[in-house]
Formats: sequence, C-alpha cells, structure tokens
Amino acid sequence: MPSLKIAVSADDHSEGPQNAPVTLVEYGDYECPHCARACTIVKRLQKHFAKQLRFVFRNFPLTEIHPNAQSAAETAEFAAAHGKFWEMHDLLFENQERLDAGLLQELARKLGLSTPALSMALEEGLFTERVSADFSGGVRSGVNGTPTFFLNGTRYDGSWEFPEFLLVLDEAVETASRTARPGK
Amino acid sequence: MSNTPTAEVSTLLAPGTKAPNFTLPMAPNEPFSLSDLRGKPVILAFYPADWSPTCGDQIALYNQILPEFQKFGAELLGISVDGAWCHKAYSENRKLKFKLLADFEPKGAVSRQYGAYRNADGMSERALFVLDKDGTIAWSYLSPIRVNPGADGILEALEKLPK
Repeated sequence: MPSLKIAVSADDHSEGPQNAPVTLVEYGDYECPHCARACTIVKRLQKHFAKQLRFVFRNFPLTEIHPNAQSAAETAEFAAAHGKFWEMHDLLFENQERLDAGLLQELARKLGLSTPALSMALEEGLFTERVSADFSGGVRSGVNGTPTFFLNGTRYDGSWEFPEFLLVLDEAVETASRTARPGK
Repeated sequence: MSNTPTAEVSTLLAPGTKAPNFTLPMAPNEPFSLSDLRGKPVILAFYPADWSPTCGDQIALYNQILPEFQKFGAELLGISVDGAWCHKAYSENRKLKFKLLADFEPKGAVSRQYGAYRNADGMSERALFVLDKDGTIAWSYLSPIRVNPGADGILEALEKLPK
C-alpha cells in the first residue's frame, strides 16, 4: 500500500494535537465536489474524536479539470500566512459552486484580509510553489484522485462515508493506544 | 470468498524482458510505432475502457501529472481496445495531452502480447509498464481492475532508470 513520502511537519496546516494517536492527512482540491462533501464528514469525525485525531490538509488541485482550483488553493495559503487557513479552507468548500476570482476577494474581505494583498499574491504567484510542492509530494505518495486520505501514513482506499470512516478511525485509535501501552 | 481464483490471472511481461514492438493507430489512419520512441523512457498504461469512471480518474490524473513524467524525458502512451474514433472523442473531451493507442484490430493483440488482457471481459487489464530508453521493461504492475493505481510506482521506476 502506498505511503506518505512527505512526513507531517510544522509546515503543514493541521488541527488537533501533535501527539494524537491518529493522524489523518487529506490531499484535496477546493473545486472537487467529493472533497466538499468529505469536508463536512471530516468535521464530524473531528468533533467525535476530539483530541484523539490530528487532521492535516494538503493541496492537490486538478487544474486540468478544475480551472479555479489553483487560485483557490493559493488563496487558502495566503490566508494561512495571516493565520486564517482553516477559516478560508471552510469558506472555499462552502462556496464551491461559485469559486471565481470575485469570490476569492469576497472571502478575503470577510476574514478581514487585505484584498489588494491577495490580488498581488495571486498575480505574482507567491504561493504557487507551495501548492506545487504539495502536489508533487502527493503524486509521489500515491495520491490517485481527490480526496485521497492517509491514515497514520498509509494510503486509505476504503470508504470515507461517515459511518464506515468512524469505525476505521475507532480501530486506528485503539491500535495506537495498545501499542503506546505495551504489556497490557 | 473462496481462495480458488475463478477467473484466470494475467501474468504481465516481467522486468528484464525486451518490450515487444507494436504499431497501433494513434488517430484514425495514423499509425504509431513503439520503436519511434527508442532513446526515451516510455510508460505504457493499459486500461480497460475510455469513458469508464475509474479510468477517467486515472487518465485525468496522468494528464495532470504529465510534467512530472516529462522531467524524466519519458513519454506516456495509453492503450485500450477502444477504436481510434472513440479515443479521438474521449481525448478531445478530456483535453488529453498524451497519445491513446487503439488496440482494436485484431482486438487486444498488443495487450495479449504484454500479458495484460482479460479474456473474460474482452478488455485490457489496468496494467503499467515502464520501459528504459533501449526498450527493455524496467518495471511492470498489474492493478486490481477497479483501483486507480496512481503514479507513485511509475515515478519510482523512472527514478531508478540508469541515467
């Protein structure tokens, strides 16, 4: 089974404790409808597992089929530079059906970010390299579409519908706690 | 589930084997020969059918990451038993930037030569080959038919090719 080639680090956008028993990494695309659906499922899982789950989001824009995915990803990275990554990530998915340049400006304004600064960042491609690095790392790790999840470093090919994913994560939490406390 | 396979399992041509040359249409009335690519690494992606959803993802993914393959100077060829006109429509619809070859007549002949044909379904397997610049198979992989194999294996194989 393919595994994550780029380890989770401080450069990543993550939620949840660093020492959580389970780390879930998603490679996603803001224009991908499946990713938008997965976003709400992941939120429910985060609520359920609380401190037992660390969630990491990485960019995998399929620009050949999604013309606005790259600028959306760069906008999220711009927001991250101002401490608003997750707010922007959520807003992008919530407003996916009208993901154009106008929306990106509107969302930046909504989060109190400078819209001229965003325009400049997009025009000059300040975050292009960051997004491409995510993409290349994903390809090397065996990302085969969006969303692709890695569960504690191994690609997860099963269902990510809430009930099934919940059970899988439950098991991963249990396995991780067993190995953390050997001899029990 | 039973442990006895009911359908035959394909055996792909193994690494170290000279890749059989072939000539297939890359467009209606436009033949293309594998030997034309001698001197370059080649990726052969056999897949079951144009338009089917999983392939769609696999083909879309490969179209997107073509630049990663090109960093190695490698050429990607998609091969299925669909006819040249079907490939043309599919390729235009998906804006593909690599060649699709039609293993159409005699049906599946090249896929069979590479051990990548499913007799029971009359379609190519989902199988990948990386050939070195001299046309020798460096790596091959048979994917479960419904699983998009991604590109990590291809890139690893390209990285390992002698420079």
